[in-house]
Amino acid sequence: MEGASISAILKTPMQPAQTRQFERAALKNYLLDQAYDEMFAGPEDLHPHYQSLLEHFASLPEDELRRRKQAADLSFLNQGITFTVYGREEGTEQIFPYDPIPRIITAAEWATVERGLTQRITALNLFLKDIYNEGRILKEGIVPREIVYSCKHFRRQMVGLQVPRNVYVAVCGTDLIRMQNGEFVVLEDNLRVPSGVSYMLTNRRVMKRIFPQLFRMYNPRPIEQYTQLLLSTLRSLAPEGRPDPNIVLLSPGVFNSAYFEHAFLARQMGIELVEGRDLATHDNVIYMRTTSGLRRVDVIYRRVDDDFIDPMAFRKDSILGVAGLFNAYRAGNVTLANAFGTGVADDKALYAYVPSIIKYYLSEEPILQNVKTYLLTEPKSRQHVLQNLDKLVVKAVGESGGYGMLIGPQSTKAQREEFAQKIQADPRNYIAQPTISFSRAPCLIGDELEPRHVDLRPYILYGDKVNIVPGGLTRVALKQGSLVVNSSQGGGSKDTWVLNQ
Amino acid sequence: MLSRVADSLYWMSRYVERAEHTTRLLDVNLNLMLDESATSADHRWLRMLHALGKPKSAEWTGDPYALTQSLIFDKGNKASILSYIISARENSRHVREQISTEQWHLLNSLYLKVTRPELPGGSYAESVMAGSEQPTEFLQQVMEGVHQFQGVSDSTMSHGEGWQFIQVGRYIERASATALLLEAYHEDLWSLNEHVAEGTEYLEWMGLLRSATAFEAYCKVYTADLTPDRIFEFLLLDEEFPHSLRFSIDSLQRALEAIDNESGKSRAEPLRRLAGRLQATLSYSSVEEIVSGDVIAYLRGIQIECYAIHEAIYNLYIDYSVQAALAG
Repeated sequence: MEGASISAILKTPMQPAQTRQFERAALKNYLLDQAYDEMFAGPEDLHPHYQSLLEHFASLPEDELRRRKQAADLSFLNQGITFTVYGREEGTEQIFPYDPIPRIITAAEWATVERGLTQRITALNLFLKDIYNEGRILKEGIVPREIVYSCKHFRRQMVGLQVPRNVYVAVCGTDLIRMQNGEFVVLEDNLRVPSGVSYMLTNRRVMKRIFPQLFRMYNPRPIEQYTQLLLSTLRSLAPEGRPDPNIVLLSPGVFNSAYFEHAFLARQMGIELVEGRDLATHDNVIYMRTTSGLRRVDVIYRRVDDDFIDPMAFRKDSILGVAGLFNAYRAGNVTLANAFGTGVADDKALYAYVPSIIKYYLSEEPILQNVKTYLLTEPKSRQHVLQNLDKLVVKAVGESGGYGMLIGPQSTKAQREEFAQKIQADPRNYIAQPTISFSRAPCLIGDELEPRHVDLRPYILYGDKVNIVPGGLTRVALKQGSLVVNSSQGGGSKDTWVLNQ
Repeated sequence: MLSRVADSLYWMSRYVERAEHTTRLLDVNLNLMLDESATSADHRWLRMLHALGKPKSAEWTGDPYALTQSLIFDKGNKASILSYIISARENSRHVREQISTEQWHLLNSLYLKVTRPELPGGSYAESVMAGSEQPTEFLQQVMEGVHQFQGVSDSTMSHGEGWQFIQVGRYIERASATALLLEAYHEDLWSLNEHVAEGTEYLEWMGLLRSATAFEAYCKVYTADLTPDRIFEFLLLDEEFPHSLRFSIDSLQRALEAIDNESGKSRAEPLRRLAGRLQATLSYSSVEEIVSGDVIAYLRGIQIECYAIHEAIYNLYIDYSVQAALAG
């Protein structure tokens, strides 16, 4: 799973968050700092929507929470809900760590997020259509040409190609974080093959089983319709003249870290899970091999990266893809979700231009803000960044998953010098952002509640209309003080409840 | 059903059957070693290797325990029980969504038993692996695991196309193995024919029957009088015994017909003809006819036909050419 966020370790003294009602042992290590806390507005001040949750937990016996958590762990293990850690030896399949305390979002907060995400995906799809066709936004100089054409995810092959319904990004996972003032901002867009949605759905199932009363009390908005919505999104993108399209999910195979998710989604949607070797091309039509012969494929929900999907069009050494797939796509005989070349719009340097992109196409002010981003190709910004490396976060534009990053406040002098050299050698490849202190939510650590840093990845579907299931995947940095939410690095997840009001 | 899925189910099943066969041959031959014999130890172990298809990776060096060890635990040896179980489990992992949880669970625990003896309850396996314990009981455990898997496959998976491919894998493997077993024993079987079997010869023949779990079943039909042509007849032509060639081919044919009906392929003729012909030869032959001719050639012929059936299955269902499929 990609995406990692870091915040500074703030040097302010910690204050115990004890309220009069809840002077309980379970909260004795609940310390607040300057980061926004999802449960407490201040030391004596509980957010009202967390009131019932705390009261409910207060009514449970001391170790009941942990007991229920163990029951949930067992349930994960039995169902084989695992992700694969790369390397082929035994023990490579691990269960996904998860936290049983739900993260609660109010209806009003969600309404803003939903509007903001809808606006953003609409604008980004318009942007992709524009740059792969007439390129108005480039001609008008709103977005510099170099940013687009120097991006390694820009696919020249897509230029001038008619995409069904002009939907380039059908499935999007946008990473949001909360600033100190409680406002949600966008940290990054994942427009290629966002993952993690199976954990969102599984978390919900497990929560329903272990906290049925709490569930009834809050009555959060349902998310189980996701797979059905995904299926109808994919169906709406089928090539014309294929009224009953054959939709498949293309997976790199059993050794991919997200294989569980691929199998899960295919099963939930009732579509075939295929690998590259199951597909064949003839006369620009894609077929899958079945025991009763070849069956035409109309829509491919692909979970294989651009680079690997067609050895004839992209990387020649790929054995995961289907030779000739791109030509079939170009001929309009098969639809891919997402389209090729969408990665150009989630490039970290382009990210800085998304607010202008929204204004340009929609003539609206962006509803969700960006994190302040310094483009290092601009001499002034570069100068400022190089002088303040100890305060900033530097990221490589094409990387994800927390790789290729410098976290200024936690770095050594040698690391900063190394990055200064890298930036000067290739300024296009890096951006810098202020160190962000993102919000924290209560998590179960032993028998106690402690705050941990969280982000939020809602999943946006864009077909004949925009669909966002309420909530998304809340990722947690489960290690104390840790800011990395990636599952491969000690991150976990928790269920996200969006309230009806 | 996706061709790849059919392929994985087919090989999962073949590997499980192969693991069972290897386990049983090792068990029988370790057991024979305890008795005096007319034939030398060298001869017996070479014969066993012949029955296993003379795997390149296993060589007879005069030490039965080294050979056993290699045929059970050596990961580098493609013909070891361990390698077969790993392959079967790997195939099942690729089609995890297509098989039942019980099947997956059994195969996975068998896999853990042989690959990770350090897990709870594995101390015995660990000492077998270290060579400080005799492997007989361990072989027994593996055999039980395999039998459980087969039972669970039959009782928890829908008997649709996928299950039929499992049957095809199991019986084509079993038919080839039985033919090869008879070929390996052929010389001994008839050279001893001059006199009535007693003592050590009797043990050898019993060994042959037990290698196909056939001793008790044979006795029920022919009593405990072992004669070569009856043994031959039983293992080759018995209609009811599940390890006989005829039974295997009948079952194979039934499974192929079921798949044929379901898939509605129009190019099924070559496969139908091959399987039907083999079935007919076995159904309407008499043992006298066969033994009066060139038995070795006959047994090899059967193996060749099994291979041809395998190829035909591949050409028809799994690895067919796109052009042929589009043509009709």
